[in-house]
Amino acid sequence: MTTISPNLDSRAQHLRRLVVRMLRGARRGHVGSAFSCIDILRVLYDDVLNFDPAKPKWPARDRCILSKGHGCLALYALLADKGFFDVSELDRVCAADGILGGHPDAMKVPGVEASTGALGHGLSIGLGMALHLKMAKSASRVFVILGDGECGEGSVWEAAMCAGKHQLANLTVIVDYNKFQAHGSTREVQDLEPFADKWQAFGFAVTEVDGHNTSELVEAFAAPRDPGKPTAVIAHTVKGKGVPFAENNMQWHHKNKVTDLEVESLLAALGGRSDA
Amino acid sequence: MRERCLKTITSLAAQDSRVVFIGSDLGVGVMADFKAAFPDRFFMEGVAEQNLVGVAAGMAMEGRVVYLNTIATFLTRRCFEQVAVDLCMHNANVRLVGNGGGVVYAPLGPTHLATDDIAILRALPNMTIIAPADADEMAGAVRATLDHSGPVYLRVAKGHDRIVTSENGAFRIGRAVPMRDGHDALIVTTGVGLQVCLDAADQLTATGIDAAVLHFPTVKPLDVETLAAAVERVPVVVTVEEHSVIGGLGSAVAECLAEADLLGGRAFRRVGFPDVFPSGYGDQAGMMRRYGISPDAVSSLVKELRSARRRARATA
Repeated sequence: MTTISPNLDSRAQHLRRLVVRMLRGARRGHVGSAFSCIDILRVLYDDVLNFDPAKPKWPARDRCILSKGHGCLALYALLADKGFFDVSELDRVCAADGILGGHPDAMKVPGVEASTGALGHGLSIGLGMALHLKMAKSASRVFVILGDGECGEGSVWEAAMCAGKHQLANLTVIVDYNKFQAHGSTREVQDLEPFADKWQAFGFAVTEVDGHNTSELVEAFAAPRDPGKPTAVIAHTVKGKGVPFAENNMQWHHKNKVTDLEVESLLAALGGRSDA
Repeated sequence: MRERCLKTITSLAAQDSRVVFIGSDLGVGVMADFKAAFPDRFFMEGVAEQNLVGVAAGMAMEGRVVYLNTIATFLTRRCFEQVAVDLCMHNANVRLVGNGGGVVYAPLGPTHLATDDIAILRALPNMTIIAPADADEMAGAVRATLDHSGPVYLRVAKGHDRIVTSENGAFRIGRAVPMRDGHDALIVTTGVGLQVCLDAADQLTATGIDAAVLHFPTVKPLDVETLAAAVERVPVVVTVEEHSVIGGLGSAVAECLAEADLLGGRAFRRVGFPDVFPSGYGDQAGMMRRYGISPDAVSSLVKELRSARRRARATA
């Protein structure tokens, strides 16, 4: 299980600084939610997914859906870093004529597979894509990242039951299990435990990892856990990971009116300004 | 109508490998031909409408044309957010085939009555709404959806409805169909309201009133040009639909006429279900009759409106 404030490597800090860069323009965002899933996205885009930023709809690509759309600042950081769009777009998050909003829009942002934001949609959409890929005899895989609070939606479990029935090994669900939702801890608001047992009961091959440990994540994502089942990776994470004053601090789940001082404090915690 | 609809989907699947069929928990044997011919494109995924719509959207985003079939109320109320976000926001090529549009399921009670389906879906950008009047028109409509861009709702009536449309000219999405000429009044309708209106027009002819009947198999987008041209020729306009008067065809027509300044000097009324959950059981035709969606009630209303205008003129 992850503890608070372990050292982040330089890439983890760099990506988080890109998130902070977005706050400078937008002055708001789900910072805690982005920092809890950014290492998951980093490993997917650095080490696992097949994609071509010049051809975002390349049919042979792997699909990655951020179902917890409010974590989109992390996704924007990765997509910009990989060249799906110019990094300067990060300075225009939530601009009236910008392409990057408070939730990701697939019709506007290259590399975003599905518009999310309303919770409980991404797994069904990913399941539809996985069924299509199976029909098309494609080797591409589908990854769907869910929030833990999101798992309160009944539609998540409708989709899980359906994925289990189809034994879709090409589908991997990753739950960003940071143990907090907007109002408080998931244990208090709506306990998910026994969480791994639930996914197992719905027909998934389940593995639990430290969601900030890149080697554990690489291993969990490298291949389906079972050739006859979808995979569920329960990634134990820390909300706000990487910035001590934001970690497990509900004030940073969604922050608005972010001040210059707060931006400087975030950068200081993330290794200084350098490239951000 | 449902049978022709599903048969036509099966024939589309034979000509186009993009076509996929998804059902919820449809009756035993439904789409057996499709399943036998294209087993890898046939899905029966249980009582989980939110998931069905999301899955259909995911397939459509990959280039499939998905026909998704279950009971109309469950396709519009239960999974509204999925329809709005997954289908309409993504302009996904999913065709929602809603069984029992209107009060087909009258004996089953208000949980199964789709008298707000058109209103619900009209509010959604990118959604096309089609309510054919008979099986022939349904077949044409289904064929027209194959290469249509964006989500479509197909409202399926009871079946064995009298064939009143002609196949002259292929079905065109978004085009109103003039069914009958007349200069004394205009009756505007959709779906199986058409049979009611044609019978009402016959009754009116017998009393010397020539009523035009304009059929809107596509409720959205509304063929406003044909509507405006037809309205300009008559003093009385009545809309008739197997739907709530709130938000359906009558609302769409009223909005259009009001903004085109075409209501002045004309009598305009909407016939449909009032702002209630229809009560009682019985059958579809009986329930429609009880709420005034019948040839007798429509022809009486037209006569009344014409008399009122004449009285008003006489006193003016």
